[in-house]
This record gives sequence, structure tokens and C-alpha cells, in this order.
Amino acid sequence: MCTMIAEKVQIAGSGKSRDRWFPIAQTYVSFDHPFHLQREHALNLDFVNEALGTGARVAVELTPEDARELATTILRLLDEGAEVEAG
Amino acid sequence: MTDTSAYEGMIAETITVQGDGGDRIYAYLARPLGEGPFPAMLLLHHIPGWDEWYKEAARRYAHHGYVTISPDLYCRDGHGEPEDVAAKVRAEGGAPDDRVVGDADGCIAFLRSLPYVTGKVGVMGTCSGGRHSFLVGCRSREGVDAVVDCWGGNVVMPPENLSERQPVAPIDYTADLNAPLLGLFGENDFSPTPEQVAEHEAALQREGKDYEFHMYPNAGHGFFYYNYPQAYAAEAAVDGWQKIWDFLDRHLG
Repeated sequence: MCTMIAEKVQIAGSGKSRDRWFPIAQTYVSFDHPFHLQREHALNLDFVNEALGTGARVAVELTPEDARELATTILRLLDEGAEVEAG
Repeated sequence: MTDTSAYEGMIAETITVQGDGGDRIYAYLARPLGEGPFPAMLLLHHIPGWDEWYKEAARRYAHHGYVTISPDLYCRDGHGEPEDVAAKVRAEGGAPDDRVVGDADGCIAFLRSLPYVTGKVGVMGTCSGGRHSFLVGCRSREGVDAVVDCWGGNVVMPPENLSERQPVAPIDYTADLNAPLLGLFGENDFSPTPEQVAEHEAALQREGKDYEFHMYPNAGHGFFYYNYPQAYAAEAAVDGWQKIWDFLDRHLG
């Protein structure tokens, strides 16, 4: 919130939090203060299901550099996967 | 000043208090034992939520002789681990300013209703709580007697950052500030930047307000937070706390 850079994305997936899997319904994406990573700012991802309460959350905090590399890798693998599915 | 021969004690517990719109919200109340009367403090928590640091801070203020309340500003957003709740609030754009000011007014009225409170009430917060403390100093219907803003970001806001929840940049309320203001900031902070602090200071000077700002070198955002090694700046923290005690003693004592 200090940066005001935060968005909520509606998605469908599954995530594992503590000892259980749960359906993910939203992802919070922010570039802001992390809770745990020792950086002033981080790319924060919170995979949540608001209907299940605040504890249904898988949190990831990444350095901006690693977040970019991860995003590039995800997009590249998605392209490769699409080629496989297209036969 | 601690006197080793003096009796000391405090009560610290979760209570409910009437917040904005008459909602019952949770708050943490820490108070010294004794008849008093004691001055009072309102602590407005930071972005990471109503967490252990704020409850410890409330007890610290009580140790220094202040009846202290710290409301859960995210009470309506759910319960659980503070950072789980805080992550939700962050994604929704933060706590609405009007609601925070309403919650603060409820707490101030509650403090002034207590038989062991002098009636003098100060407000303090860090990070978003610093911003909220300044807002309360300007907009509270109940009024406060001292304001402590610790590195409150987004006091100066570009128009594109205004939203339904934060519709007015706090700096635009500067003319309405009706209590002395203490501001503690770090030179390496990104929010607020030293330039934004200077802009706020210029507005305070223009309006002839009673304020003192301190800018610490070798300190960034959150330099009081001993639980965040990257943020903690021991020298600035020790001096900053002493400046708070001196300021409050002058205005609430």
C-alpha cells in the first residue's frame, strides 16, 4: 500500500497452504513491502480463496529481478506447452 | 524515569470499542495501574496489520505512563494471522480513510470517557499509520493534542494515486491540522522520499503549523522495526523513541 501498486486477479486453480490443498479463487499481486523477505520492496503474490477465510493463502515474495525471470520462464513454458497441446 | 522503589503494573487486553458508523471493533488497551489520571495515546497500526509490534508498542507506552489503545483497523476485513488479513486489505486498496478517521474518533471518545484519563490524547502511527495519524490530526471531530507521524507514506499523493478509499491527499488537509506534529523520517526511504517530506514541511510552514521534523541519515522505511533486520536502524530508533517521549511529555504531560 505504501507504493499503491496492488491488484486483485480472479483466477481458478489449486494451492497448498500449510497441510491442505484448497481451490484458489483470487491472486493478489503487489509491488510493495514484503512481510518476510528482507527487502524494502518485493513482488508479492498471494494465492487465496476469500470464501474460505483469510488463512486460505499461499504467499510468495520475490525480488523484482527474480520475479521478472520467473514471469519470462512462465510465459516461455506456456508457449512450449501450447505447441505440445496443438500437436 | 524508572524508580526501582516504585510499584509498577499494567493491564493489557483486547477490548471492543465503537468505531466508524457505530461498528464494534476490536482494540488492544494497555494502561498503567493506579488512579492516574494519565494522558492517553491512540496507536494506528501499519500496513502489515494489527500485529505483535503494535501490541508491544502499546505496552511500551503504558510503561511510560500513557493509557494506550490500538484499534484493529482491519477488523471488518476478517480475522486470522495479521499478515493474512493485511494481504487482503492491501489488494483491496488499503483501509478507507474515512473509516480510519471514524474508528480513531471512536477510540478518542472512549479514552476521554475513562475516569483515569486526563483528557489529553495523542495519536501515533508508523508507515500507513503515520499517514493516518496526520489525517486524524487534521480531520478528527474529537480532536487530539499531539500527533506523531513516523515515516507515513502517501501524505503527498499524485492525482493518479487517489482512489475511492483515499480520495484526498493528506497534505491537502494541512491547513486543518490542529495539534503539534512530530515527524520522524529516514533519508533512504522510498515512501515518503526526502523530497516528499520537504514538500510536506513547506506546506506546514505556509500554514504556520507547530511541527518538528527529523530526518535520519542511514535509515530507511521502518527503522523502529527490530524484527525486520533489513529495516532496523538502531541509532535512529533509539533517538527517535527519545524524541517521542520528549514531545509527548511537552504536549500531553
